[in-house]
Amino acid sequence: MKKENSYFDKPRNLKKVRIILYCLCVFLILLDLFVPKHGHFEWEGWIGFFCIYGSLSYVLLVVVATYCLRPVVRRDEKHYDK
Amino acid sequence: MISSMPPALLFIIGTLPIPFLRGRRKSFYLLLLPVIGMINLLNMEEGVQWTMTFLEFEVVLGHVDKLSLVFGYIFHIAAFLVAVYGIHKHNNLESCATFFYAGSALGVVFSGDLLSLFCFWEMMTLGCIWLILARRTREAYRAALRFTLFHILGGLLLLTGIIIRAHETGSVEFGHIGLDGLGSYLIFLGFGINCAWPLLHTWLTDAYPEATVVGTVVLSIFTTKTAVYVLARGFAGTEELIWIGVAMATFPIFYAVIENDLRRVLSYSLINQVGFMVVGIGIGTELALNGVAAHAFAHILYKSLLFMSMGSVLYMTGKIRATDLGGLYRTMPITAGLCIVGAASISAFPLFSGFISKSLTIEAVAGHEGGHYYFVWLLLMFASAGVLHHAGIKIPYCAFFGHDSGIRTKEPPMNMLIAMGITAFLCILIGLFPHQTLYQILPYKVDFEPYTISHVIGQTQLLCFAALTFCLLIVFRLHPPEVKGVNLDVDWFYRRGGRLFVRFAKNPVELLDTALGRLYLDFFSKPILRMSHFVWRVFDVRVVDGIVNRTADFVLGCADRLRNSQTGHVRDYAMGMVVGFLFILYFILH
Repeated sequence: MKKENSYFDKPRNLKKVRIILYCLCVFLILLDLFVPKHGHFEWEGWIGFFCIYGSLSYVLLVVVATYCLRPVVRRDEKHYDK
Repeated sequence: MISSMPPALLFIIGTLPIPFLRGRRKSFYLLLLPVIGMINLLNMEEGVQWTMTFLEFEVVLGHVDKLSLVFGYIFHIAAFLVAVYGIHKHNNLESCATFFYAGSALGVVFSGDLLSLFCFWEMMTLGCIWLILARRTREAYRAALRFTLFHILGGLLLLTGIIIRAHETGSVEFGHIGLDGLGSYLIFLGFGINCAWPLLHTWLTDAYPEATVVGTVVLSIFTTKTAVYVLARGFAGTEELIWIGVAMATFPIFYAVIENDLRRVLSYSLINQVGFMVVGIGIGTELALNGVAAHAFAHILYKSLLFMSMGSVLYMTGKIRATDLGGLYRTMPITAGLCIVGAASISAFPLFSGFISKSLTIEAVAGHEGGHYYFVWLLLMFASAGVLHHAGIKIPYCAFFGHDSGIRTKEPPMNMLIAMGITAFLCILIGLFPHQTLYQILPYKVDFEPYTISHVIGQTQLLCFAALTFCLLIVFRLHPPEVKGVNLDVDWFYRRGGRLFVRFAKNPVELLDTALGRLYLDFFSKPILRMSHFVWRVFDVRVVDGIVNRTADFVLGCADRLRNSQTGHVRDYAMGMVVGFLFILYFILH
């Protein structure tokens, strides 16, 4: 039997992945301080605009879909067979 | 130089030998057909070719320009990749349907007139239906029926529009149409159904996940992209498309978040990505149309890759629901890696194909009319962050990571891995070298650099912080879990509506029909029967039969008297003869 890959089963490795992501995010914010961004809209140059917009979009999407849409449209798996 | 032939005919005629081939010959033939098609395509020259006259209209099977060629190239590449992906199965129905469908799609792309376009359009539907039916399950059969009804409606709208337009303009040439009359609106709507516009999209999310492992990959390639192509050719610059596209890019992602069937998640994601293309068509500038063609090209590759990876999971485990899967990276690490490439591409991470294609459309929106469409831009950025959730994170996370489902399987067959590997390679190649690859074949000259500092940082920030939010939600156990069930969509209206119609037909209509039948019997049929019985007794028996009987009695009486006059004595006959003779003599003398 081929040996299973279990890299992500170890909490230590998961923590490594998380730390890499946190570092990357910090690095991206720092970049905003030193590298001016240009775009068609004024807000594209604001520090942290894309960071906040990305996070807020994600939260809004998950909250609206899960707590507003799901209760309305979710039915039993056999709904159409009844 | 080899003389070329219409790509559609090459594929459709090429389908015929498939059922008669076996084993390796068949495998070789299935791989060879798209290669021959590509050589044929490379030999085609730009311009109008293969024209003929039909019903006083000029039919053009080869309208070759840069826009049609982009779609032609990617359709051939995709047909080859699908052939590699499905080569281990040798399902005749599936293979024939794939090439028939691909050929029909190529027919649409190179049609220079609306008549041949309509014919190929309908043939495509036929190919789709076979691919869905090839799954051979009750759900697939039902989904195929609903799919058929939807596309019959779309086909009828398109045909009616074409007839009205031909009547109005006296031509069936397929060029820029624009919204300028009933015919054009009907054509627009007919194209829109295949493009899965909002409220007209459920044929896609209903039927695609019900097709076979290979079938769903094939379906994801052609129908919506031919619709994008015809809209780009016929309705570029139509402002309504901007808002339709925005709705397509935003609303399906909410459904994708709560959907449990991972192939259905990808179907919603497909509509979301086509939304970006439709916005680009609505903008209609050269940059935007380049964005449409580039995004269609890149999208076919990464969406196929994602569908292939989910198809591999379904093929190896028999499961596709997020709640049943998880932790497959342990035994399917290569598939997981390839799926992540597809996820990164669709999320438009720098260095992947989605980044260099989506950027063109986003740039076209931002720069159009001095930033007039800032709201559209904001919504598209929201949709970009949403793509990361359902396609970038949810698909690989739920299938390969997340909780351990306990399923221990192995990698899919080598041909599937090779197909996914080539597709992933193309996604990265296009992402790394856009100017040397994809930008070379776009309809207009590309004067755009996707890898600017501002753009790379902005997009990376958007995606990384969305990923960070996901990570924090998971760490703090705030991320909602996947749950079993189906989600009602617009298809509820016609699925439940159809059932209600049957119930309505069974109960009130049937009861009413019975009551009306009884009334008819009591107040119409029975009186008529009585009257006819009376008429029979009075008229038929007394009058008609009476006349006949009396006549018969009279004749009988005469015959009786005549018979009685026959005495049998010679003297009586002699007397008669004498009297007769005297009569004759008397008449002669007078």
